[in-house]
Amino acid sequence: MRPSFHEEIPMDVSSTETPDHPVAGLAPHSGSAQRPRPGSAPLPSPRAPLGGPVRPSGPTDEQPGTAEALPALPMIAPEPEPDPDALPEDRYHRSTGRVADQLFRLGTGTCAAMVAALILVVILFMVKGSIPAFKDHGLGAILSPAWDPTNQKYGALTFLFGTAYTSLIGMAIALPLGVLTAVALVEILPKGPAKAISLAVELLAAIPSVLLGLWGIFELVPLVRRFEISIYKSPFGLRRLPIFGGAPLGVGFLAAGLLLAIMALPFILSVTREVLLQVPRSQREAAYALGATRWQAIRRFILPYSWKGIFGAGLLGLARVLGETMAVTMVIGNTPQIKASLFASGYTLASVIANEFTEAPSDLAISALISLGLILLLLSVTLNAAARIMLFYLNRSQGVPQGAK
Amino acid sequence: MNRSHQWRKIQGRSMEAVCLLAAVLAVIPLFAFLWHLVAMGAGAFSMALFTKLPLPPGELGGGLRNAIFGSLLVVGTATVVGIPIGIGAAVFMTEFARPATTSLLRFACDVLSGVPSIVMGLLAYQVVVRPMHHFSAISGSVALAFIMLPVVVITTQEMLRLVPHSLREAGHALGIPAWRIASSISLRAAAPGILTGAILSMSRIAGETAPMLFTSFGNPFMSTDPRAPIATLPHTIFTYAISPYDDWHRLAWGGALILVLGILGATLLSRCILWWHQRSLHS
Repeated sequence: MRPSFHEEIPMDVSSTETPDHPVAGLAPHSGSAQRPRPGSAPLPSPRAPLGGPVRPSGPTDEQPGTAEALPALPMIAPEPEPDPDALPEDRYHRSTGRVADQLFRLGTGTCAAMVAALILVVILFMVKGSIPAFKDHGLGAILSPAWDPTNQKYGALTFLFGTAYTSLIGMAIALPLGVLTAVALVEILPKGPAKAISLAVELLAAIPSVLLGLWGIFELVPLVRRFEISIYKSPFGLRRLPIFGGAPLGVGFLAAGLLLAIMALPFILSVTREVLLQVPRSQREAAYALGATRWQAIRRFILPYSWKGIFGAGLLGLARVLGETMAVTMVIGNTPQIKASLFASGYTLASVIANEFTEAPSDLAISALISLGLILLLLSVTLNAAARIMLFYLNRSQGVPQGAK
Repeated sequence: MNRSHQWRKIQGRSMEAVCLLAAVLAVIPLFAFLWHLVAMGAGAFSMALFTKLPLPPGELGGGLRNAIFGSLLVVGTATVVGIPIGIGAAVFMTEFARPATTSLLRFACDVLSGVPSIVMGLLAYQVVVRPMHHFSAISGSVALAFIMLPVVVITTQEMLRLVPHSLREAGHALGIPAWRIASSISLRAAAPGILTGAILSMSRIAGETAPMLFTSFGNPFMSTDPRAPIATLPHTIFTYAISPYDDWHRLAWGGALILVLGILGATLLSRCILWWHQRSLHS
């Protein structure tokens, strides 16, 4: 990165290789890299050994010993020439530089303030938007199962259940799959195939959720339906188990959970991969030196080192999955009911907002939907913050995963 | 001793096989999706998809011209607003702010990037749609800009952090004002990476559907007015996908293929920029 960059700088620094740069060499000894003010110290004339206030040209400079190096400092910023014509121009440049600096700082600072304000604005507006609903039916209504906007019943329990259930199914599939795949990529597979697989999974992350939903409707749901019918017909009475009950429709919690697993997988995989890559080499070598097989090294030496990071990855994945809207809306069946069966259709917080917002019969209904959004927001912010703080402290204490991005 | 060694070997091999199986399973969804997409989308792909407007159900043919244009307009506006602000914030974080402020802002961005897109849509609804009293393309852009902002800040900041500190010190040593150091040294050195991040964040918001439902709303006709409701590609795909008409399903798959090609193209382009840049460094 460095060489071409130097060519692009308008100033003449192209010849100064950093390690040999006088400033870099001198800063530790002089205590600070600031330019010395003229007359602040009785420095010997800087021009004596070098012949005039030249620009530093790094490597060619003769560097005397460290003690003698100090006097050479002023050559970096030569004292102002006693030339009367040069002085006003110099001052002019300096003052515009200062004003421009202030303006630039102000401008970028405003941008940063806008970003910081955005998070407050989101929370503020979501709270403000849901106040009418809370005023009307109180906070307790969150835990009521009845949702019927035309009759002013706004219970959120069915949606909370749907969101929790589908997210759990998704994470139950994606977490083991992601961790095992990450182990295969980092510890087992040679570099080429590992790279190909991680590229493919990254591409999966780039596919918009509405397209996965489209694929879900036309391919996944029929597959799920076939699976459900085979369970239904199975001779062991599997359909009497509560998680396999109900009609084999195809759409429902299972299909939604599968799509969520597909969406969470790239995320969990990439974070876990980073975590595993951070495990020190010595940890592996120690395992092999004790005579461990590769799997024992993974199981006893590498995974224990990474559990916390993997847990953080799981939290982040969960936070992402909670708010997934489109794909879930397209395959969950959109029926507000609480059923333990994987095959039953349901409803989630996000999908009820997506489906009913533009058809809400009253302002109160809109406010109730916004309050569902507020629940979603608070859940995701809490999970995200918890995971980030955890990963942050992990970073600090162990120097482990840098991966959570 | 010998038996236990055998046992450990068998156990190790079988667990490794499980890991490899997981890796194979992990790539299956992508290929299943792409296979189905190409199979369904290729049949629907034609010039008419780009040049014609959608027809009512029952009439064969029609295209997605309005949705393609709408997506370009909405995403373009969001980009024009979101990227400069994002880059500005990232510059402030790396060049001017104190470390504590920087990590606080970074934390805010991390949390923001995890906020579900539908919530950002609800925010845009309250901030733009409600005061205007009607759905509009501009409200869709605002929602997308909200979604894009934290992503741009994070990628830009990562790229700026990669610029070696000695370069900035060199600038300071030459007495260059701080704003010139930020713009001509840091930003310029990080430019390819920032551009890549910007393209990727654009391709991310191009596929966003949930916030479009109640901001840009959709429109079966051609519209170029940013104050009026407008069709976007992902939202149109959603409406057609859940409709009962085979012809609309066909259009949805055609639209899906366009969207994926656009996103793949953007990803490829960003990789090319990085590759090209790296090559120019080595020569």
